[in-house]
Amino acid sequence: MLLEFVIVGTCVLGMCVFLAIVFVYMERKVAAFMQIRIGPNRVGPKGVLQAVADVLKLLLKEGITPQASDKFLFNFAPFIVMVVAMLALAPIPFALGLQMYDINIGVFYISAVSSISVIGILMAGWASNSKYSLLGAMRSGAQIVSYELSAGLSVIVIVALAGSMSLGDIVESQRTGWWIFKGHIPAIIAFVIFIIAGTAELNRAPFDMAEAESELTAGFHTEYTGMRFAMFFMAEYVNMFTVCAVGATLFLGGWMPFHVGHFESFNHIMDFIPSVVWFFGKTFFLIFVIMWFRWTFPRLRIDQLLTLEWKYLMPVSLANMILVALIVIMKWHF
Amino acid sequence: MTNEELKTFITAQVPEAIFEETQYLNITVPAEKFYSLAKHLRTDSSAEFDYLICVTGVDWKDSLMVVYHLQSRKHKHVIVLKVKLTDRVNPKVDTVSDIWRTAEFHEREVFDLFGIKFNNHPDLRRLFMDDTWGFPLRKDYVDDVTIVQL
Amino acid sequence: MRPNEEIEELLESKEEDFVINIGPQHPSTHGVLHLKVKLQGETVLDVQPHLGYIHRSIEKMCEASTYRNFIYLTSRMDYLSAHMNNQACSMAVEQGMALAIPERAKVIRILMSELTRIASHTLWWGALGLDLGATTPFFIGFRDREEIMDIFEESCGARLTMNYNVPGGVMYDIHPNFQKRVHTFLVNFKKNLPEYDQLLTGNVIFQSRMKGVGVISAEDAISYGCTGPVARGSGVSCDMRKWFPYDGYEGAKFDEILETGGDCFSRYMVRVREMYESVKIIEQYIDNIPEGDFQAKTKNVVKLPKGEFYSRVETARGELGVYIISDGSMKPYRVKFRSPNFSNLSALKHMAVGGKIGDLVAIMATLDLVIPDIDR
Repeated sequence: MLLEFVIVGTCVLGMCVFLAIVFVYMERKVAAFMQIRIGPNRVGPKGVLQAVADVLKLLLKEGITPQASDKFLFNFAPFIVMVVAMLALAPIPFALGLQMYDINIGVFYISAVSSISVIGILMAGWASNSKYSLLGAMRSGAQIVSYELSAGLSVIVIVALAGSMSLGDIVESQRTGWWIFKGHIPAIIAFVIFIIAGTAELNRAPFDMAEAESELTAGFHTEYTGMRFAMFFMAEYVNMFTVCAVGATLFLGGWMPFHVGHFESFNHIMDFIPSVVWFFGKTFFLIFVIMWFRWTFPRLRIDQLLTLEWKYLMPVSLANMILVALIVIMKWHF
Repeated sequence: MTNEELKTFITAQVPEAIFEETQYLNITVPAEKFYSLAKHLRTDSSAEFDYLICVTGVDWKDSLMVVYHLQSRKHKHVIVLKVKLTDRVNPKVDTVSDIWRTAEFHEREVFDLFGIKFNNHPDLRRLFMDDTWGFPLRKDYVDDVTIVQL
Repeated sequence: MRPNEEIEELLESKEEDFVINIGPQHPSTHGVLHLKVKLQGETVLDVQPHLGYIHRSIEKMCEASTYRNFIYLTSRMDYLSAHMNNQACSMAVEQGMALAIPERAKVIRILMSELTRIASHTLWWGALGLDLGATTPFFIGFRDREEIMDIFEESCGARLTMNYNVPGGVMYDIHPNFQKRVHTFLVNFKKNLPEYDQLLTGNVIFQSRMKGVGVISAEDAISYGCTGPVARGSGVSCDMRKWFPYDGYEGAKFDEILETGGDCFSRYMVRVREMYESVKIIEQYIDNIPEGDFQAKTKNVVKLPKGEFYSRVETARGELGVYIISDGSMKPYRVKFRSPNFSNLSALKHMAVGGKIGDLVAIMATLDLVIPDIDR
């Protein structure tokens, strides 16, 4: 049991670092593609080692703790954010049979755990004893708490359709087709809302109010340096992976290959592609979409951000939920 | 209005005004009558100088001077108002920042560089330099470190 | 924006003020502007600019240099419209010398001015996107700006502080490649301009960040002495090229862009549409550069008669005035620069109070502040 625990823990740690490095490189290349430039191309072939060099630099940098800060909370905050990001990975099925912990309330677990990260961010903002950090943290608090609702409600749509909260069961329920195709219009609406709310929960542009470098210099992590900054940075990317993985699992079938109803011969051909490729392909597609947002859209203002959530997304998701309940009861879905 | 009309207009207000015609019409007025003239130039519909383009301080060694460039958008004419201040130690002139709000910043700049005080100015603080600094654009300003005397 | 009574209520409340210093080192102040901002939550209650971090005393330095030399100092004021700064100074000196400049020099000056204006506006456009959190416009803007910089480099020898104007005309003749390169630039730029609208103008988020933000009425804009796109965004006609045409702008066919909204979006639209007008002016002159001298014959030592000379030029940011007082010697007695940014900055408080921090950033971006021009 203990050995198992250690092995899984090491794997998760390694995967987090690896994912962060891959995403940093990917983000740089995507940004460069959007911005008519080449991107990193000096360190290693095609610049693939650039992200490794970045991590190395951040590791070696001095970690400064501001004199007037609350030292304990200041040093503790990045760990909370990082640990929470890793915890949320537990129930995600990466491939056929590759799942750390198929908890029967997997969806619920993820949304519960991922909202703890706001405590880490508030802690960081408060403990820094900097006005920019405080403003950033307050923004982030307001934002994550409100967008949690829409994200939760859009997830419930799929839970209602699949009839289970376990991610394994949800994937299994998509054997005859992904929910985005099977679930009629409500699933599509839920998917769109999930992507918007997910981006907002990640604090990424166009919802990067907490950082907003042109307004608050760097928001809640203004005072962080070196490895502690890197942990916030890594946590952001791991969270991005989680959100996209959950999105892929719920709406795009997770590791389930592209199946069309009971069209067996076609489904068999699709099954030849390994499930892990399907899962990461879908996840990376969603990650690309979220990166695409970041490099094309300007940032919203804080009041517009909250207006969008409370006046538009919330009512729409509530109505959507009622609609899907009706569909499930009347058995209109495939 | 033409320059001649402007001259008669201003003489009616300030009889002791001195006129000089160069590129624009230059009018030198005494400091105590400056504010009322400025107000009149702004409000009177036949003059209507609504743009205060520029406020300049000049040090004439024996006296100081504040130069106001005024423009009317309606009549397309430009005049230059000049106020001569003979008191070098405590030069004072009325502010026009309540007539043209842009004057608030321009007057602060003149105060900063020449030490000319503006009465009734809402926020007369140094603009560029700290309070202990001299008035660098005055001709008698000495700086042994950064100004090389040739 | 909140109604005014609510702001006054907040101002009167006895709660402790939350004051943050935006700048002198801050990503969105585009230089070393220092704003003391009083906040209530996210709402801005007061903005106090603190200046002087890069004051170089250009006016004092001008008093110590000759009429030929002081022009070069002015490139460092509004470095994004360096050519127009130099032109204003040259014009003031020429006015004192009673010197008429050759037709060829006039046309070259117009072409260079308009290219500078486009370069300045593209940079502003990119920086605006950056301030609003979109990084990509910066690169799109720089792509086109770079091409203009290359044209400048070829003809003037410098990319940013060109120092191309001298009293009497321009320093050198244009490079033989000049016309060809401007033509290629025009073709590319006209193809690229719609991209500017696609990326920002039509964007919903962008419009909601811009529309109704930082409103200044025409009367206030006049009272605050705003010029250039800031005033024209409020519907105040103030283009010096139309009002008091200089150096051959009499013959140029273009429209003065006016928008009536007075908000950030109007100022944005004025600048974007001005780029099209600049293209129009360049197209009009690029094939009609008259033959002849590029510089009038002047003596080596320039002396101005006793008197006062004032010249006004429309730079990319508004009206630049150069006021020279001469005592008849080789050096100016007093030089005063009426810089457009200085007046525009004074309206910042009026626009920003009552908005959010995000609005303050948007307003600063649409004022297009260049700090060295304010600090001089």
